[in-house]
Amino acid sequence: METLLEWIKQPWPWYVSGPLIAFVMLALTYFGKGFGMSSNLRTLCTIGGADKFSDFFKFDWKNELWNLVVAQGAILGGFVAYFYLNDAQAINISEATKESLHNYGFSNPGATMVPSEFFSWEAVQDPKIIATLLVAGLFIGFGTRYAGGCTSGHAISGISNLQIASVVAVIGFFTGGLIMVHLIFPFLMPILL
Amino acid sequence: MLKKYFKFLAVGFFFGVLLVKSEIISWYRIFEMFNFQAFHMYGIIGSAIAIGMIGLIVFKKYKVNDINGNPINIPDKEHRFKAGIFGGAIFGLGWGLAGACPGPMYVLMGTGALTISIVLIGSIIGTFIYGLLRSKLPH
Repeated sequence: METLLEWIKQPWPWYVSGPLIAFVMLALTYFGKGFGMSSNLRTLCTIGGADKFSDFFKFDWKNELWNLVVAQGAILGGFVAYFYLNDAQAINISEATKESLHNYGFSNPGATMVPSEFFSWEAVQDPKIIATLLVAGLFIGFGTRYAGGCTSGHAISGISNLQIASVVAVIGFFTGGLIMVHLIFPFLMPILL
Repeated sequence: MLKKYFKFLAVGFFFGVLLVKSEIISWYRIFEMFNFQAFHMYGIIGSAIAIGMIGLIVFKKYKVNDINGNPINIPDKEHRFKAGIFGGAIFGLGWGLAGACPGPMYVLMGTGALTISIVLIGSIIGTFIYGLLRSKLPH
């Protein structure tokens, strides 16, 4: 038991994590639902009264409550795993990644879960950082509904279910991500850091 | 009521633990993935799809019913090429920048990285804007 707990406290390798994500998707399928985390964003819009502005938000949000409960569980799971099942805070990123980030001026790449340069309370006092995070969110929310799903709905559930639409969407996801990291970061990072 | 939702809370909890332990919620891992500097994320996504595919084939082959006794019927994703590419690429820009997609956003809140709520608020507004512009966009 003790060794199991010790093992859980280590970072999990990809060949454990990947199949367990499939398990989450299959469990939700078995429960008669689907795996799609971005649908919650639409439900939150409806709860906030967005149905008065667009028919896209006209549906009974109570039928989607189960998915908000999944998200609530994810928050709790994140809390427990991060504070009680974590031996090391550092992220095992490659040396090459650390070097790329050093070159941009990140002080301690991989030392914490997310870079303090973007996510610390100090960082978000800078309007440029707030704007960056807000714009990133706008892209994510707009893009995911436009594409009809996010990483969970398209990349995992959709491709597992042999959906052409999901293959196209994931090609889109990677196109956007590669443009951001390779073409935009070289101009953006010097402004932000 | 509580019993009906408990299983969803449990799956979500497991998902949250998994996303922390696999480091998927780390901005650094997403940056590393888009720089092709490690196999980690590709291994996770690839093996999740492979095992997911096998699981769904088993469900279909043995005509497994869901927990309520209904046949498992996964609706097809509507195939809209332009929406997939344009929407997907816009999503990808945000994914690369924030280093998080919707699932990890919730989980990061749990880890105490509360500033991710700025991204979350942005994504709710983004979803709302899509709802307003939907009829005018190419799909």
